[in-house]
Parts: sequence; structure tokens; C-alpha cells
Amino acid sequence: MALLELRGISKRFGGLQALARVDIELEDGVIASLIGPNGAGKTTLFNTLTGLYQPDEGEIRFQNRSLIGLKPDQITGAGISRTFQNIRLFSRMTVLDNVLVGMHSRLNTKLWQIFLATQEYQAREKAAQRRAMELIDLAGLAGRENEWAHQLSYGEQRRLEIARALAAAPKLLLLDEPTAGMNTSEAQSLMTLFKELIGRYVQAILLIEHNMRVVMGISDRVHVLDYGEKIAEGHPDEVRQDPRVIEAYLGHGAWTEHAKS
Amino acid sequence: MTRSLVPIGLLAYISGSCLLAVLYPQSVLAFLLFEASLLLLYYIPVHAKVKSTLAALVLIVLMPLLGYINGYYLEVAIQIGIYAALALGLNIVVGFVGLLNLGFVAFYAIGAYLWAIFGSPQANEFIAGGGFPLAPYWFFVFLLLSIGVGALTGLVLGLPVLRLRGDYLAVVTLGFAEVVRALVNNLDKPINLTNGPRGISPIVKPPLFFHPVLEFFGLQVTDAKLYPLYFYFLVLLLVCIIILVTRRLESSRIGRAWKAIREDEIAAAAMGVPVVRMKLLGFAVGASFASAVGVLFAAKQVFINPESFTFMESIGVLAMVILGGMGSIPGAILGATGVTILNLQLLKGLSLWLNGLRQSGAVLSLPLLGSYSLSQLPVQFEPAKYERMVFGLILILMMIFRPQGILPPRRDRRR
Repeated sequence: MALLELRGISKRFGGLQALARVDIELEDGVIASLIGPNGAGKTTLFNTLTGLYQPDEGEIRFQNRSLIGLKPDQITGAGISRTFQNIRLFSRMTVLDNVLVGMHSRLNTKLWQIFLATQEYQAREKAAQRRAMELIDLAGLAGRENEWAHQLSYGEQRRLEIARALAAAPKLLLLDEPTAGMNTSEAQSLMTLFKELIGRYVQAILLIEHNMRVVMGISDRVHVLDYGEKIAEGHPDEVRQDPRVIEAYLGHGAWTEHAKS
Repeated sequence: MTRSLVPIGLLAYISGSCLLAVLYPQSVLAFLLFEASLLLLYYIPVHAKVKSTLAALVLIVLMPLLGYINGYYLEVAIQIGIYAALALGLNIVVGFVGLLNLGFVAFYAIGAYLWAIFGSPQANEFIAGGGFPLAPYWFFVFLLLSIGVGALTGLVLGLPVLRLRGDYLAVVTLGFAEVVRALVNNLDKPINLTNGPRGISPIVKPPLFFHPVLEFFGLQVTDAKLYPLYFYFLVLLLVCIIILVTRRLESSRIGRAWKAIREDEIAAAAMGVPVVRMKLLGFAVGASFASAVGVLFAAKQVFINPESFTFMESIGVLAMVILGGMGSIPGAILGATGVTILNLQLLKGLSLWLNGLRQSGAVLSLPLLGSYSLSQLPVQFEPAKYERMVFGLILILMMIFRPQGILPPRRDRRR
């Protein structure tokens, strides 16, 4: 049984077919990559998956439950959380509070408990803070928890976004270009982190990535989108050889050139 | 060694300024120095226990004492309390959730009219039996009731409106406040609900249930002297409760959700925050504060009419929040205090001083320019008449030099 199943997902924006009948299946315990040239529909797929857009057609099933029609916060509650391509942190909140926001739905404290500051409420807050600190450590931000989020460097902000997404205790983690703007060693350490996450913090990761070294290095499966259509999928080595993929990236005729050399 | 001197110094400052205010009851300056002691207490790092003891001394003992000697001081303190409560309510909507509400005074008006109608003979106009005004103890029932009514009106306004963003929301809330004002202004016919522009009076004051206690201690205080003190403590209590509730909310998941929505709505939703529900909650909580203060205001004023709830009042409260620092509890209180003192004391004090100069007939002789008789000073040149201008000027200067407000929110250090 697949963790996530997309069946025939289509999304149009006016005359632009952003996604055309995309099928993707994601198994438990897998790191999968979503690649494709700019404008291929990768982020649109993420937005559709997380409820920011509603698909025009198709079915999304997560743990055998349909996600169609759910609001973003309900989808997060169901166990999918994400990071954003252009970092969207809560900049005038502390690092710790950023992570704690991710636990909103898990805390589930009632208004009267907050007013009376009941013991149960305080215990839950404490536990949430402990867990948040753990995630902050995991993201390599130990000791920075009381700083404003906007005071962090670019790379640290990206890592904080991952910690915040993990705070929602997701089963599936969606990462939108997590290594964008990072140097090789930073990207390398993130890759190690992702591998550690599987099984311990999340069941599966789906990431959008342009850095092919990252994609080939950690993916169990790769799905390739071009002009909203899924053109290939499979093991990274298979996908690398796929003529349609090479054509999508390098243009028509590239395959023959490639074969000659 | 030096550390232990700080509390003593503070105490000396507080008692000194208090003594000054007692000795010079007409001096605005002396009272300002006394009021500044609270600000000093906030800023100077001393042990929390020392801080709260001194603050309690100022608010519970010295301030009522001063007010007993000079009733005007108490009036100022009550006004500050009322505006502080309003500013704290608006701070939740504007400062935490980040929704610009230009019609906050509407909720205040709803609370005020709620008690004004039933706590005066006004309700007899449309409810037969002549059972009104209600007995004084109903005041407390209505104080509780107003929290619910305020929250409900907040929800009713919020539901259709919260899909709007930024400027659009601001315009609709402004319109809502005007609708409320127009309603209370015109609901004197066909059924006389609000008595229209003539306003409602007399409104019943809360009961003096502690009279027996005072008599037991042999204290003889006239009601005229007692009521201001009574209202002072009621307002103080209300503000303390509001501060407590706001602080608890701020540090809970709800406060964090509010701030997350303010910072980035889409990211907040993606993190599992139910955006619409949280916005509604913020609206309702802010509205319930304002509505509760409204009940108190009506009882204190004895007479209210729609003039008390104009658009400028909304703007005034918003300015307090902005001046103090959006999203900061001490900021909202400081903003309310500063603006109220400016309006009630500083500008009026300056006007009085200028009037005194004019009447003294002194002649100002300037080198080269000749002499100028101060009695010729034009009447228009009174600072109290420039209230709005001074206010606007301060806001402009603030936006240039300290856009985050006087006391912007601090990062709370945990662990």
C-alpha cells in the first residue's frame, strides 16, 4: 500500500496547463525527488498536494484517505508538511516560536485551559518546548532558539524551515528546493540529515531539487515533470539515461549528440 | 552593594514625587513625575518581587490617596485605565493578528449601550412593566454579559469580513463602526431604543456593597468621594485581568498562531494553523475587552450619547497602539497612558499656563523686536485646540524615528 497516491492530477491557470494527468505513487520509507526544468509544474504539484490549490481533476489519496477539498491546515493535520521555495518563516518571531507554531494542531489546548493556566496545559507547553528544542538541535541551530528568525543566515533559515515542518510531526515531508543557494558542503550535510530523518521523524520525503548531485545522491526514486506532464520516473540511474529527460533538459537532438559522444 | 541601593532609590523617587504631587496639587509636572515612576519601575532592572511590590504600592495605595486629595488625578487615572484596556484589546487584533481594524470603537459602544439601556429608565420605552432601571448589582451581571455580547458581535462582523485583506478589511471595519454609530443615533424611532442623539441618562452606578465594611472601620466617606475611588479600582481590576488574559494567550499556541498569521498567512496555514478560526478568535477576544470597558464607561459617565463613539475615537486608540509598539502589552499601556496624559494634562496645562500669562498682562520685551504685551496673545493660540495637530505631529515623528513604537515587543527568553 502506497503512502501517497496521485491519480490523474490536472491543474489549469487560464490557458496554461500547469499539471496534466500526473500520476505519482510514493512508498513508505522512500526519499523521492521531483525534478524538471523551470516552469515544469513542480511547485504547482506541491501547492496542490498541500491544499493551497484545488486540482481541476484527479484524486489525491494519503494513507488511503482522500485529501481533495481539505484546507491546508487540515492536510497538515493529516500528516503532510512542507517547506517553501522562497523561505517563508515568521520573521518577527523567535526561532523557538517558529518551531512551536508547527505544533499548533498537536497541542490542542482549549481556551479555558490557557486562561486558567492549568497544570495539564503547562505540562503540554513544556513538552512541546522540549520537542521543539530537540528539533532545533537536529537542524543544527542549538543555542539560537531565542533569536528572531530574520536574524539567521540564509542557510540557517532553510534549516529552520525544515525544523518547523518537522514540528507538525508529518508522515510525509515535502521539501521545495532545500539546498538552493547552498554550497557543496552545506548541501552535503543536509543530505545526511534527510537520510537520518527517514524512519525516525518521517516515513517518506518528496523533494523538489535542481542540484543533480543531491538528487542522484539521495533519491530512491525520481519523478520527472515537463510542461506539467510526468515524462519519466524510476531509479535515478534509469532516469539519467532516459532520452525524454535529456531532451527536456538539454533540448531536442541532445540525445543523439549525447549518444554519439 | 550598589544593587541593593536601587530599590531604595526607587522608593525614594516614588515617595518624593508623590509628596510633590500632594504639596502642589495644581502642578501638572509633579503628577507627571509621579506617573513616570511606573515607567521607571518597568525599565529599571530589579528583582521581580521588588518590582511588583513597588508597583502595587503606587497603584493600590499612593494613587488612590493622591486621587482622594485631588479628584482630577483620579479622573485622569480612570481615563488612562479605560484607554489602556481598549488599546490592549485593539493590540490583539492589530498587533498580534495583524488585521487593521479602524472601527474598534463600535464594540466599545455596544458594551456602553448595553448597560446604558438596561441600567436606566430607557428600557421602559420598549419593555412594558416599568421594571427599569435594573438594580445596581445587575451591573456586574452586565459586565460579564458584555464579554459574551462583544465576542458575539466580533464574530458576526468577522465572519463575512475576514476573507478580505489589508486595506479592504480596514474600510469595512470603518464602515461597521459608522453603521453602529448611525444606528444608536437613529434608533429613537419608531421604537425608542437608544434615545438617539439626546443620549441616555441617568445610568445606574455599580452598588457600593462594601459600605458596611467602611462603617465597621469607622470611615466616613461621602458617596461623591467614594465613587471615583470605586471606579478607579474597578478599572484597575479590569485592566489587570485583561493584561493577565492577554499574556496567557500570547504565550500559548493561540498567541503564536496569531503572530504566525500576521507574519505569513500561507505559511501559517501550511503549518496547521486554522487561519479563519484563529482570526475570528482574535476579533472576538479584542471585541469582548472593548465591550466590557464600555459597560464600565457607561456606568462611570452616567450619561452617554453617540458623540462618545466617533471615528476619531477609533483612530485615537489605534494611535495609542502604534505609538506604544504594535504587538507589545507594555507598549499598548504606555501608548494609552502617554496619549491620555497628553490630551488631559499636558495640553490643558499648557493652555492654562498661557491663559495665566495673558491675564497677568506681562510685557515681553525682546531685544531688537521691541516689546509685546502678552495680553494680546490670540485666544486661538491655545495648545488644547491643537490636540489633533500635536498628536499628528508626534505620530509622524514616531514613524520617521522609531517606527516600531516606544516599547516594541521583546523576545521572551525561555529556558
